[in-house]
Amino acid sequence: MSRLRLLAGPDLAAGAERLHSHVGRLGPLPKGGHSLIELLVRTELAGRGGAGFLAGLKWRAVAHASRGSAVVVANGAEGEPHSKKDRLLMSTRPHLILDGALLAAASVHAKEIVLYIGEEHHSALRSMTGALAERTAGERRLIRLARAPARYVAGDSSASVHLVDAGIATPTTTPPPTRERGVGGAATLVQNVETLAHVALIARTGAATNTVLVTVAGAVRAPGVLEVDTGIAVGDAVQLAGGPSEPPRALLLGGYFGRWIEAADAWSLPIDPPALRARGLSLGCAVLGVLPASQCPVCEVAGIMRYLASESSAQCGPCFFGLRALADACTRIAERGTDAGDLQRLQRWSAEVQGRGACKHPDGAVMFLQSAMKTFGDDFAHHPAHLRRSA
Amino acid sequence: MSKRFELAVDRIKCDGRGLCAEILPEVIRLDSWGYPIIAPGPVPEHLMGLAQRAVDDCPVLAIVLRRAEIQRQKAT
Repeated sequence: MSRLRLLAGPDLAAGAERLHSHVGRLGPLPKGGHSLIELLVRTELAGRGGAGFLAGLKWRAVAHASRGSAVVVANGAEGEPHSKKDRLLMSTRPHLILDGALLAAASVHAKEIVLYIGEEHHSALRSMTGALAERTAGERRLIRLARAPARYVAGDSSASVHLVDAGIATPTTTPPPTRERGVGGAATLVQNVETLAHVALIARTGAATNTVLVTVAGAVRAPGVLEVDTGIAVGDAVQLAGGPSEPPRALLLGGYFGRWIEAADAWSLPIDPPALRARGLSLGCAVLGVLPASQCPVCEVAGIMRYLASESSAQCGPCFFGLRALADACTRIAERGTDAGDLQRLQRWSAEVQGRGACKHPDGAVMFLQSAMKTFGDDFAHHPAHLRRSA
Repeated sequence: MSKRFELAVDRIKCDGRGLCAEILPEVIRLDSWGYPIIAPGPVPEHLMGLAQRAVDDCPVLAIVLRRAEIQRQKAT
């Protein structure tokens, strides 16, 4: 069988694909188990939630710790503000995700599957619920739904476990990682919904998939989700989204935990996780955000830092106080103009905050800021006083 | 294998009381907001007694001594 695509099949505008259409196109659900785990290891499927952890290795670890009582969490929280790809997939191809989750459960000997979906993703919730009703009674008994609050940190794997266990979607202290001790203390496989959909295809063909779902956002003519072939250039993806709507200044690769890159350098980058890693970059949650030259990068960065500070779950002091201080310093530079003291504070506080939270929220925010200060160094060094906030 | 220990802070439990940095300033300093920053690596042998006191005296039990051989696992 040739390689398959996630968004092949009926028109996406028609909404959720029905089970008979899904099975008619792709055939019945194949068997999960040890050989599927080894296939995922061989095909090097990387997680699509942002961290890019190899799925096969995670499944192996959970299967090892499972003792028949593991839990699978299909993560569709998608709290990244500009990312829309998980929602689109849940809304249009729900059975791919259910297939992947059922294959995961069979492979790691899980007793339960939790569909963890953002509470504001209404069409995704409708689609997944409707798809579940079409499955067999045995499959339905295995699967339940949990709504993720619309917060940035809700998609963290330990936060998803905390929500299922205690109704609070805040991260918890690791180690132990969720793959060893998660829902109800059981080994738990938390896997992004796009990753699970890829598994549904890989299990059928025995071969790696070679596409990525990306969300193109910002100053493009037709922003939205695209399924692109792995390895195409960022500039080609931007063209597929209608091209820039005005002269671009820079690209934010990977969402708010991502990296800023000057447009001239960004356009030729390949959308390919290993190739990006070799350049010290990461595809993250696969948001390609285009910043137009007409917009002030310092004001944009200050607005995003205020957002990330407000999205701290306020559990760890360095994150809660540190991100707020960093956001305030950025905002002062944006509103009152560059101040040498504030520039130094940004450097010092960034170093102090890094690596000092229970989850990766402070690290992601600090790396975002450091990349901004590197790419927009001149803008930060010579920022005029602006009279009002840009965001 | 030598028994080498390192200090680790549970960031969620930690309230920033700062006692640990008073007991063991050689290894623990406080950040701009009063939360402990631990020097990386194992605790020097001659400071192990004070390190144990920093652990025992933490009012919210946020610090532990753990075997330095056990590497922190990569979070999923």
